[in-house]
Amino acid sequence: MNIPADLKYTHDHEWVRVEGSTGTIGVTDHAQKELNDIVFVDIDSGLAEITKGSQFGSLEAVKTVGELFAPVSGKVIEVNAALKDKPELINTDPYGEGWMIKVEITDLSDLDSLMDSEAYAKHLGQ
Amino acid sequence: MKKTPLYKAHEKLNARLVEFAGYMMPVYYTSITAEHKAVRNSVGLFDVSHMGEVFVKGEKALDFVQQITVNDASTLFPGRVQYSAMCLENGGIVDDLLVYRLADDEFMLVINASNIDKDFTWMQKNNTFGVELNNESDEYALIAVQGPNSRTLIEKVFGTEFPMEYYHFVKHSYNGMDFIISRTGYTGELGYELYFKGDEAFSCGLWDKLFELGADLGVQAAGLGARDSLRLEMGFCLYGNDIDETTHPLEAGLGWITKLKKPAFNGKEAIVSAKEAGLKRKLVPLVTEEKSFPRHGYEVESDGKKIGYITSGTVSPVLEKGIALAYIETEYAKEGAVVNFIVRGKGTPASITKLPFIKK
Repeated sequence: MNIPADLKYTHDHEWVRVEGSTGTIGVTDHAQKELNDIVFVDIDSGLAEITKGSQFGSLEAVKTVGELFAPVSGKVIEVNAALKDKPELINTDPYGEGWMIKVEITDLSDLDSLMDSEAYAKHLGQ
Repeated sequence: MKKTPLYKAHEKLNARLVEFAGYMMPVYYTSITAEHKAVRNSVGLFDVSHMGEVFVKGEKALDFVQQITVNDASTLFPGRVQYSAMCLENGGIVDDLLVYRLADDEFMLVINASNIDKDFTWMQKNNTFGVELNNESDEYALIAVQGPNSRTLIEKVFGTEFPMEYYHFVKHSYNGMDFIISRTGYTGELGYELYFKGDEAFSCGLWDKLFELGADLGVQAAGLGARDSLRLEMGFCLYGNDIDETTHPLEAGLGWITKLKKPAFNGKEAIVSAKEAGLKRKLVPLVTEEKSFPRHGYEVESDGKKIGYITSGTVSPVLEKGIALAYIETEYAKEGAVVNFIVRGKGTPASITKLPFIKK
């Protein structure tokens, strides 16, 4: 299982990459493996704001649907438009091209309650 | 947790394993969509050894099977299989099953893994016929070979021809092992199911042989994920989702296997009464053009009124559309009618269509 050391993780299997006050958000390798073939990414293209712990979208796979919960609160800067035609990027590159949204994090202390890679690995029972 | 004799083969293929009905089973190997398409276009191999096999033997074996199942087993001859169901006295479905007539006085009943203990107890309780009942579920391995190239593949492996028709079977010996090979499956494709009492070495050996000789036929291992999407594209019921002890065969669309002219069987009176009173609800196929997909448990509405719920839903890999089975009130169950299923409080339109979802 791929769990990059430079990211922060939620119990619901989202990750955040923090650069200054910008957070890039996606789902983990574990999440994409659980869902398998993702066929549609349901994130409102006009999404303006997310609230920590609230659902901001969902991932439709053949087998099931995965809900996306915001790891932090913030203003949405960008929604990954490439996922519209290529939702499979989440399966093939969950920490890279499969990112979902970029946000301006409102309060960096939101990150304190997230897990580091070691804690997340433990959460997965590894 | 139980493991099938093919567990090592799944590990070797890096399968995603999940607990299902007490067994560690492969849900997929690489991609559910790819596995699904391999079965539709070439050939897929499924380990379904978790399924249960109960043998019924005795002078009154037929009478017993007639009493506990809804279909007419008297039409079966040795070599013939039938899809059927067992019902409670109130008409609720105990399980759906395949009935194999092995000999005049012997049957094999193939039941769902999650119901093995319940079904066997139910059979014993209903055995007022003095038949011998043997639950050999743990001894039997079962490989399903499904897809247009399935016949070519098994003929290459076994070195003989299998010209039998749909829902017929033959007994066959291979490398000293007795097989029951039936032209059955849960995919809607040409397909065969191979029953044998194999240990790990024998089972994995056969699995590897199927791969080796299937390489140029496009063989692909397929997991429970593809098994579910394949059966749903055909509209086949899944026990625990679309049918259970709270549903009866007629509302589930299983009237074609429910032979009400048969003198007596468990649940007959209740099913006849339900029919005479008029069915309150029906299991109908839904298809949606929207990018919001139907899933098990979602409610179904018409003009804001709740009229039913979805029992199975997926994204059809062939149609690339959301498809589902749903129980809805009979007055709304009209082909072509548009209903809404509710995703996170929001209605998504879907139309009532007919089965199968994919035309073959």
